[in-house]
Amino acid sequence: MDALAKNMGRRATAAPFSIELKGISKAFGPVQANKDINFAVPKGTIHGIIGENGAGKSTLMSILYGFYKADSGQIFVNGQLTTIPDSQSAIRAGIGMVFQHFKLVQNFTVLENIILGAEDGALLNTSLSKARRVLRELAQEYELDVDPDALVEDLSVGHQQRVEILKALYRQADILILDEPTGVLTPDEADHLFRILKGLKDQGKTVILITHKLREIMEATDNVSVMRRGTMVATVKTAETSPEALAELMVGRKVLLEVDKGTPNPGKVVLSVENLRVRDEHGVERLKGISLEIRAGEILGIAGVAGNGQSELLAALGGMMWATGRVTLNGAELPLSGAGSDGQSRRAAGIAHVPEDRHHHGLILDFSAWENMAFGYHNAPQYQKNALFMDNDALIADTEHKMAEYDVRPPIPSLAAKSFSGGNQQKIVVAREMERNPDLLLIGQPTRGVDIGAIEFIHKQIIALRDAGKAILLVSVELDEIMSLSDRIAVMFDGQIMGLRDPATTNERELGLLMAGVAGSSSGAAA
Amino acid sequence: MMDYATLLQVLDTTLRLATPLLLACLAGLYSERAGIFDIGLEGKMLAAAMAAGAAAALTGSAWAGLLAGIGASLVFAALHGVASITFRGNQLISGVALNFLSSGITVLVAQALFRQGGRTPPLTGNARFNPITLPGAEALRDIPVIGPLYYEVISGHSILVYMAFSIVPLTWWVLFRTRFGLRLRAVGENPAAVDTAGVSVVALRFAAVGITGILCGLAGAYMATALQAGFGREMTAGRGYIALAALIFAKWRPVAAMWACLLFGFFQALALRPDVVQAVVQVKVPVPFLDALPYILTVLVLAGFVGKAIPPRAGGEPYVKER
Repeated sequence: MDALAKNMGRRATAAPFSIELKGISKAFGPVQANKDINFAVPKGTIHGIIGENGAGKSTLMSILYGFYKADSGQIFVNGQLTTIPDSQSAIRAGIGMVFQHFKLVQNFTVLENIILGAEDGALLNTSLSKARRVLRELAQEYELDVDPDALVEDLSVGHQQRVEILKALYRQADILILDEPTGVLTPDEADHLFRILKGLKDQGKTVILITHKLREIMEATDNVSVMRRGTMVATVKTAETSPEALAELMVGRKVLLEVDKGTPNPGKVVLSVENLRVRDEHGVERLKGISLEIRAGEILGIAGVAGNGQSELLAALGGMMWATGRVTLNGAELPLSGAGSDGQSRRAAGIAHVPEDRHHHGLILDFSAWENMAFGYHNAPQYQKNALFMDNDALIADTEHKMAEYDVRPPIPSLAAKSFSGGNQQKIVVAREMERNPDLLLIGQPTRGVDIGAIEFIHKQIIALRDAGKAILLVSVELDEIMSLSDRIAVMFDGQIMGLRDPATTNERELGLLMAGVAGSSSGAAA
Repeated sequence: MMDYATLLQVLDTTLRLATPLLLACLAGLYSERAGIFDIGLEGKMLAAAMAAGAAAALTGSAWAGLLAGIGASLVFAALHGVASITFRGNQLISGVALNFLSSGITVLVAQALFRQGGRTPPLTGNARFNPITLPGAEALRDIPVIGPLYYEVISGHSILVYMAFSIVPLTWWVLFRTRFGLRLRAVGENPAAVDTAGVSVVALRFAAVGITGILCGLAGAYMATALQAGFGREMTAGRGYIALAALIFAKWRPVAAMWACLLFGFFQALALRPDVVQAVVQVKVPVPFLDALPYILTVLVLAGFVGKAIPPRAGGEPYVKER
């Protein structure tokens, strides 16, 4: 007993671990978000945590950052048993967090954001000048350049992320946790981020990287832990594993990472867009003359960093935003403003639309699954009982059928949409839109916030629809997704199409440059 | 045309009428900058006016009245805080409910205490804040133009008027030069940023609502013990709403709030002198039109004709930690 305690004590003092968790459990009501998590991060390493949505990664990190209190278990920081009841304690323990959705005040300057909560004294002057000095030092040390007097709302997303990292470093964080940091970055910006992280590691800091992108884990981390359904299923050295092995650990079965797709067999032109222009409510031109064509049996993928006009393109084609230009579907011109330019008319014309933001445009979260299954098609004759009433029984039966076909779990039509996981919510939307047998499918961010198992399923559905001879416009910020699904790739930047590429002959580097607005020499397919 | 003496009279009235607007407007500014919308300025002013009138009548001291007014307003502010911060209720509904509560309870308590039909007894002597003559006002009185302006308009108000106008630069300094101000503005824009920085969102918002209570207390006490001599039913007469309009008109900025309140106070002063208005514009302007002018201007601002008014981004939304 004594010897054991002594042994434990020695191990604790000599612990090379920045963070060590022992037996952490956390339940929200009946849902066990974290089950007996044991996990250790060696000092001065980059440690990846990977797992599907709802696997418990975010909960675990929230416990580390003092957002939640664990039901049981212990946290050791640098070998010291630590309690972290709130964010202040986490900061004091040297833990910094970069959230997926930045916690910045948009109309504050960079400096003001940096000192918020870490001011020296009641007046701002001294804090601001100190922060300005520290910022200059950090910028030199870690390639973290950012204008201290710029308003955050004027910064690019990549720079905003740097502000978040600077915030943590200003608070002298030794352990930096990043939650899905690359979702909003171009490949170049992501590379830059990984260089910064390596620099931090070289300075002896510890980095925990939460991501669902296997490629980033393989590229950037020293060790990786895999979570599945609230448990930590494995921790391995990155050099000794493979993407396939990690995916299997995450899902608990073999997963097909590569999309299995045959050669396309394009037919006649289904959608033709000429000089499409859109202005937003501030009068800013968001689409600056887009022209493209999609044939039957073809997937056109639109790559680009979020916010370069992809959303407006989908909105204009889907009847959610007025535009100018000329759009024809199977030769018939579509009205782009005024009567007949709404979503209802577009669906009647044969355009189905899986919107980018399923929570705001795809579903009404408080409504049941069967009600959601009817939206946009609620006037369809088969759903009407008589002139006054809808045939709810028919709708529910129809929903049951689609839920079975699209493997929506749980298959309960009366359940509110918000009670489904992200992947199952998306399957509801996809089922609703694809089952109408549209001539053209607009699909935006088909797998955002969707777990790997459901990604595989949704990708298969998209390809099946293509093989059935339909035209598909795919918008995604996930370059992997674009490259594996598309038959042709168009890259958008600043409301324009920078170029068209053939996925078989292009690569991420070339697409990344186009996404950043650098027009390259043409290669591969033309329009 | 208006002669100089009449103009000075109107400006003097403007200052007196702008003061309760300004205090209430600054009160709303603290709360709304922290992300708590407060439509209950009116109710807090009314409660403060009743408490101030009653306490001054009972003790004979205007200062006791002021303290009672601030106390009453703070109770209402605390209710609003508990409803909208602690229990994350709807801030508009809480504010409207408190306005109704105040409207009824003030008359009820005043009637129970004094049995004078819901009014407090007329205040005299030290039970009121009396006008102060500023130093040098008598001496400078005979200097042309400036002398009368100083004597008639600037000098000769109660201490509360001078307090109200000195709170304007103080508020600017607090908001933009202190740690508290930085955090207050941050919590109204993005409470998650404040929370993750390790600062309590709840404590900050309660502090802001508390300041709102104090300033509304001053505004109400001014109504009952300085502008008028005692509390009367519904005596605030919508000033809380005009103050909110001024706050929007000023785009939530303290110095602009002062100018907005002076402008709206000027309209109120004109509404008291329809004869002057008629003499100047040569047309008979209906008084209700002058009363409505602050609201018309605010609608124009909201419609974007006079620049864009962007409220604090987290305004009106209870803060819930997200996973």
